[in-house]
Amino acid sequence: MKKFTTHTGVVAPLDRVNVDTDMIIPKQFLKSIKRSGFGPNLFDELRYLDEGQPDQDCSGRPINPDFVLNKPEYAGSSILLARNNFGCGSSREHAPWALDDYGFRAVIAPSYADIFFNNCFKNGLLPIILTEDEVEELFQAVAAAPGMSLTVDLENQKVVSPDGKEYSFEVDDFRKHCLLNGLDDIGLTLEHADDIRAYEAKRRAEAPWLFDAIK
Amino acid sequence: MAGKTLYDKLWDAHLVRQNEDGSSLIYIDRQILHEVTSPQAFEGLRMAGRKPWRIDANLATPDHNVPTTERAGGVDQIVDPVSRIQVKTLDENCDEYGIVEFKMLDERQGIVHVVGPEQGMTLPGSTVVCGDSHTSTHGAFGALAHGIGTSEVEHVLATQCLIAKKMKNLLIKVEGDLGVGVTAKDVVLHVIGVIGTAGGTGFAMEFGGSAIRSLSVEGRMTICNMAIEAGARVGLVAVDDKTIEYFKGRPFSPTADQWEAAVANWKNLVSDDDAQFDKVVEINAADIKPQVTWGTSPEMVVAVDGTVPNPANAKDADEANSITRALEYMGLNADQAITDIKLDRVFIGSCTNSRIEDMRAAAAVVKGRKVASTVKQALVVPGSGLVKAQAEAEGLDKIFVEAGLEWREPGCSMCLAMNPDKLGNGEHCASTSNRNFEGRQGFGGRTHLVSPAMAAAAAITGHFVDVRDFELNS
Repeated sequence: MKKFTTHTGVVAPLDRVNVDTDMIIPKQFLKSIKRSGFGPNLFDELRYLDEGQPDQDCSGRPINPDFVLNKPEYAGSSILLARNNFGCGSSREHAPWALDDYGFRAVIAPSYADIFFNNCFKNGLLPIILTEDEVEELFQAVAAAPGMSLTVDLENQKVVSPDGKEYSFEVDDFRKHCLLNGLDDIGLTLEHADDIRAYEAKRRAEAPWLFDAIK
Repeated sequence: MAGKTLYDKLWDAHLVRQNEDGSSLIYIDRQILHEVTSPQAFEGLRMAGRKPWRIDANLATPDHNVPTTERAGGVDQIVDPVSRIQVKTLDENCDEYGIVEFKMLDERQGIVHVVGPEQGMTLPGSTVVCGDSHTSTHGAFGALAHGIGTSEVEHVLATQCLIAKKMKNLLIKVEGDLGVGVTAKDVVLHVIGVIGTAGGTGFAMEFGGSAIRSLSVEGRMTICNMAIEAGARVGLVAVDDKTIEYFKGRPFSPTADQWEAAVANWKNLVSDDDAQFDKVVEINAADIKPQVTWGTSPEMVVAVDGTVPNPANAKDADEANSITRALEYMGLNADQAITDIKLDRVFIGSCTNSRIEDMRAAAAVVKGRKVASTVKQALVVPGSGLVKAQAEAEGLDKIFVEAGLEWREPGCSMCLAMNPDKLGNGEHCASTSNRNFEGRQGFGGRTHLVSPAMAAAAAITGHFVDVRDFELNS
């Protein structure tokens, strides 16, 4: 997994609540059997005016000039600022894959849907939770200075604005450790293979009907 | 010491180890695989040189992409080449590792969340995961079940465990009798309307109370299915005699010599009387009427005798903006009566409502009637090949076809329109599925979530109508 230590980048404000995973990456693009290449279709229905198709060259498609990512001041943005319940809906990991493929490294919002939140950490994308007031303050700051950058410092769990203001955030120790070091958590779990086998032996004795039935 | 909730019991029974950093490893008894969220997991496994930990914990079936029209030609006849490759990839991966798969032409094929319980793959007290958020469905049987992402699908394949953090406990208590014509779907839509689409985030959501106990296990599945639409990854209903009865004789259920031990174990799968929940929401069953969503989030829901909200009455500017945006997308006017909404298409199916009970409820409404001439298409898509066979044995297919509805092959179909079943731009659909997000059922499509009986009634009248006003011809 890609490491995340510190990152400085342009902030794109997406000012709506309940941004769902169908919005982040519509279903027709889930037919891919790969993990990459979803960036051109991130927010497809908001970003373009026509209906997107898988494997299509998006460079000639009519764009929606009102959508934030199509505005010149947010070109190359890598931090997404959003509202409550970001990433609600389906479990599709294609949502963080698409954000990552587009170039986003972090999302800042007051709350996230659980599955999306979890999926981000598996892909080196940092979902940061700030309070509603702090997020509102950042929306206002971006409105006053479109194209502004923020710095995210995972080690110190801080978001720093250009004027030096710091916003602290919480992150689980385990997830932080994995992100800072780019660790594969399957490898970490397999270090406990003996514990898993011991549990499994006990489980087999207690609930034998859950073993060897599906064959 | 306070008693344990059902969720606490399931968590404790599956805890493999607690790590020093506060994370836990929990053991996964069952994983269901489908074609959309598994290919990258198998690829990851191969690239890392790993093998599945336990083949017999997995079951696979293609559902999201499969066509629901005539399919005798099998995978090779899927017209969309991208869909075809995805279904073939699932077949190849399952063949390579020896994972049991109900392929497209197998009568047992169907929607993962219909097939799992139907086969007795899902069992009370088990942990069930799948790369699909509606895995919460399986909690209806006292199983700890939730959706996971593809990286976690790979993690479970490789280790039979998940790295997890314990959720909080939420009890939704629905007491009293449900009115005639009010179904499980209406209950869960009403609950989402009350607590909001993020009301259950971070919680395992147990549904209890006399109204829930009175529901069939199929109705309970509909309710747990949509726990995720209230933000809860996990939905739960305690085990009772109906649960136990349901698993008698299913293909992967405990064998005769294990049955008594299993039942004894399952009977403990209830929250203790003195269990402590972090949050309790009480709902009066008598307050629940047939529900219809008017907007682009499942929480945007009202009773069928209500009206579309007016942004002028919103509690704050954010809510007013959300309402305005949703009305614009949905092509509706503020204060418009729900019964004035005209439908272009009707979809009866999905993991929420495609079981035999749903088929029967819809058939009872359309029997002896005709679909309105203004409705372009009314689809009935059974949840599995076995549901389809059962419905046909009962003659339900003939009732649907005579009324002018289309009787299809099983799959996810128009719930998310990954296959050819989709809405046209601007079309309104009465749908028994679970999500009314923008574009969910097709680019520019407008989804209204309802129960099977309400969808069937809308197909007949061409607009929403209170199904309680319909006389059943059964």
